Amino acid sequence: MTSATGAATARRGGGGRGLAADLRGFKEVQRLAYACAEAVAAQLRPGVTEREAARMQRRWLRERGVRDWFHLPFAWFGDRTAFTNFRIPLQFFPTDRRLEPGMAFILDMAPVHQGFTADIGYSGCLGLNPVHDRLLADLAAHRELILREVRERRPLREIYEDVERLMVRQGYANRHRAYPFGVIAHKVDRVRPRRWSPTLFGFGTQSLKGLASDALHGHRDGWSPLWSPYKFSDHPPQPGLWAVEPHLGFRGTGAKFEEILVVTDSADPEESAFWLDDDLPHVRRWQEEGAA
Amino acid sequence: MSGQEQGQTGLEGARERWVRTGGVELCVAELGDAAHPTVVLVHGYPDSKEVWSEVARGLADRFHVVLYDVRGCGRSSAPKPLRGGFTLEKLTDDFLAVADAVSPDRPVHVVGHDWGSVQAWEFATVRRTEGRIASFTSMSGPSLDHFGHWIKKRASRPTPRRAAQLLSQGVKSWYVYMLHTPVLPELAWKGPLGKRWPKILQRVEKVPPGAYPTPSLPTDAAHGAWLYRDNVRARLRRPRADAYAHCPVQLITPTGDAFLSQRLYDDLDHWAPHLVRRTLPAKHWVPRTRPQQLVAWIVEFVTAKEEGDPAKEVVASGPYADRFGGQLVLITGAAGGIGRATAFAFAEAGARVIAVDRDAEGAARTADLARLVGAPQAWAETVDVSDEAAMEKLAAKVAAEYGTVDVLVNNAGIAVSGPFLSTTTEDWRQVLDVNLWGVIHGCRLFGKQMAERGQGGHIVNTASAAAFQPSRILSAYGASKAAVLMLSECLRAELAGQGIGVTAVCPGIVNTNITSTARFTGVSADEEKRRQAKVSRMYGLRNYPPEKVASAILRAVARNEAVVPVTPEARGAHLMSRIAPRALRALARVEPPM
Repeated sequence: MTSATGAATARRGGGGRGLAADLRGFKEVQRLAYACAEAVAAQLRPGVTEREAARMQRRWLRERGVRDWFHLPFAWFGDRTAFTNFRIPLQFFPTDRRLEPGMAFILDMAPVHQGFTADIGYSGCLGLNPVHDRLLADLAAHRELILREVRERRPLREIYEDVERLMVRQGYANRHRAYPFGVIAHKVDRVRPRRWSPTLFGFGTQSLKGLASDALHGHRDGWSPLWSPYKFSDHPPQPGLWAVEPHLGFRGTGAKFEEILVVTDSADPEESAFWLDDDLPHVRRWQEEGAA
Repeated sequence: MSGQEQGQTGLEGARERWVRTGGVELCVAELGDAAHPTVVLVHGYPDSKEVWSEVARGLADRFHVVLYDVRGCGRSSAPKPLRGGFTLEKLTDDFLAVADAVSPDRPVHVVGHDWGSVQAWEFATVRRTEGRIASFTSMSGPSLDHFGHWIKKRASRPTPRRAAQLLSQGVKSWYVYMLHTPVLPELAWKGPLGKRWPKILQRVEKVPPGAYPTPSLPTDAAHGAWLYRDNVRARLRRPRADAYAHCPVQLITPTGDAFLSQRLYDDLDHWAPHLVRRTLPAKHWVPRTRPQQLVAWIVEFVTAKEEGDPAKEVVASGPYADRFGGQLVLITGAAGGIGRATAFAFAEAGARVIAVDRDAEGAARTADLARLVGAPQAWAETVDVSDEAAMEKLAAKVAAEYGTVDVLVNNAGIAVSGPFLSTTTEDWRQVLDVNLWGVIHGCRLFGKQMAERGQGGHIVNTASAAAFQPSRILSAYGASKAAVLMLSECLRAELAGQGIGVTAVCPGIVNTNITSTARFTGVSADEEKRRQAKVSRMYGLRNYPPEKVASAILRAVARNEAVVPVTPEARGAHLMSRIAPRALRALARVEPPM
């Protein structure tokens, strides 16, 4: 917790040199992860399995120096993107489901690189899938809504409910309900590089340790590092870095984005919360759609 | 003479010609532009080509429609001698002669009903017609070869299920044995049976009265008996092993067919690759009782084959697509919750959807997404169901622009909760206006259109578990829903004779928006807000998805179920209302925590 809360005194990109450097570090690893997602997505072909896709992400990132993970890369294909009939967390792990033409897919990875963590989600489809395109387009409203309400310092639980209401109005189901604790976001932090960094159920132990200690401290102060629909999220946004992942599901097709939202305790609304990076594949896509 | 006869036949505007082949003269009638793709309609037993009159009229503006009287029927001449004159080989000769006469350069699309379909299976599976048939739509007539293999498979290894299937079809085929007796069938048809047949058809099959059957019926039926005698025994004993269809096949199965079991077609995919299946809740004579549905499916299938786009699936991917494909479905309260989920489920089954709601934006969104998931067409209409004039306008507009509704889902509803003594007259009026009057308007206006069309349909009314589960805080809501339940059951009895089914769906606690707009009587505005939020949260925790109610609705329509409780608590309450109503009454006294 050295960096992100330090943002309190900082201005975006300037001031507090430590913070600016930190944000740059997080931004770099987030970009690296999105580059990985785009590279792997470009290689997906009919017949590729989820396991293979997850392995491709892992290899790509390892080749670029990633040694530790917040969580290992996931891949979901077809109706698994909408978490159809997901009951237990084990179902999140990649399976031998094969990609078919027109299928939607989601790549989700959280590499740790030089002590900085990213957690990203990348939605795509193999060929034409109008439902998926619509879902992805409709996610734009959620990115705006979340930022606006975080800047208004609304309790996280209320923001969560507003996101869900918007999803229902759009005609979709809220699929991050299926995540552990139904979370829409969780905190991310720096992770000290270790020579040996084992994973537990797909999660890096170092990151889990960070999350656990946040939970412990947060519990004392009345906040939680998990942004959920439950009472423990009934508090205003806590300064820090949040990996936010709204996930829409519609009749067997799902789409999400996941990226880092920086929350500071600045009084200036603009500075109090901002997306770490606006130059991401989904944001570019919306801008192109808007321009067209 | 001929004009008078055409008047009798019900084929106005048809161009007639005679085709001479194999010692008989066939009467061939043509409708529509000869430049369009040709659709040949082949009639069954004991019919003549006039059985197709409604279907032919429906197809004529898009296709070159050709009908002919099978040899020995209608105005075609009969072979001499009759014995041996009706073999499938000779009937194939006839078909090829007609096809060559009406469409010499292009393959034709064949549609067969009953014996027409039996014949057409022969056309579609023998070598010499290859390249002459572009597609085949079959209804109520299996291939005798496939039938033979079907019997053999079940007789040689009779598991209990297979034995039951064999027995059931054996019973349904009683008339086939009768027709094999000499002379008697002829005497019966020329005597009392022929005279009473039209009345029998009207009573048993609900065939609408009109120019069918034609006066030639007794001779048609007497001659046609040779169809059975010349073919059935020979083919069933030694079915051809290579009876594979060489053209795309669409199979339309009426679920209430008294003569043919649905199980007959279980193995058909083996004989006809790329088979398109359709089911129709009707009896045997579908060309008379369901002409519009047949026209819609034939048009869709033939057009797809003409356009020849292999990527285009004729049948949507969702459950019950065989049943609802291309049908027109109107859903009220479609801007959210159960209505919206139902619209999507019907869309996935390939139905055309009209999403009605007073929330224009929500209805538009539903229609928009419905198109994305498979509805060939979807429209949004903004109407308050409690507004009689608006509903009348909607009914007129729908009839004029989209046609008669096949499935109507009266789903719109609002919730009112609170003690009776604090429920104001205004509260009562509101809840009854929407929940009861909305349903009444819908049933009255669209039910009338369905009944007038006379081709069946289905009405679904969304009641609630509150209809049979009393509660101290739901007197107004429960009363409105109980009324909807009883209204549905009465209407079901009334419309049963016209092939229109009515279903009352009674969901329990389903995660929808109804709670966040529920009216709580006798409390302040703030308290009402708090209760809305609390109940919404409780419903959210229960988290029973509206999609499951939608699936239950589709299943109920497909099976024509009367009362369908959805969710375990609704099923439990429904059961208790019958076996332990006192327990339910005791439960009703408990004040729920608010």
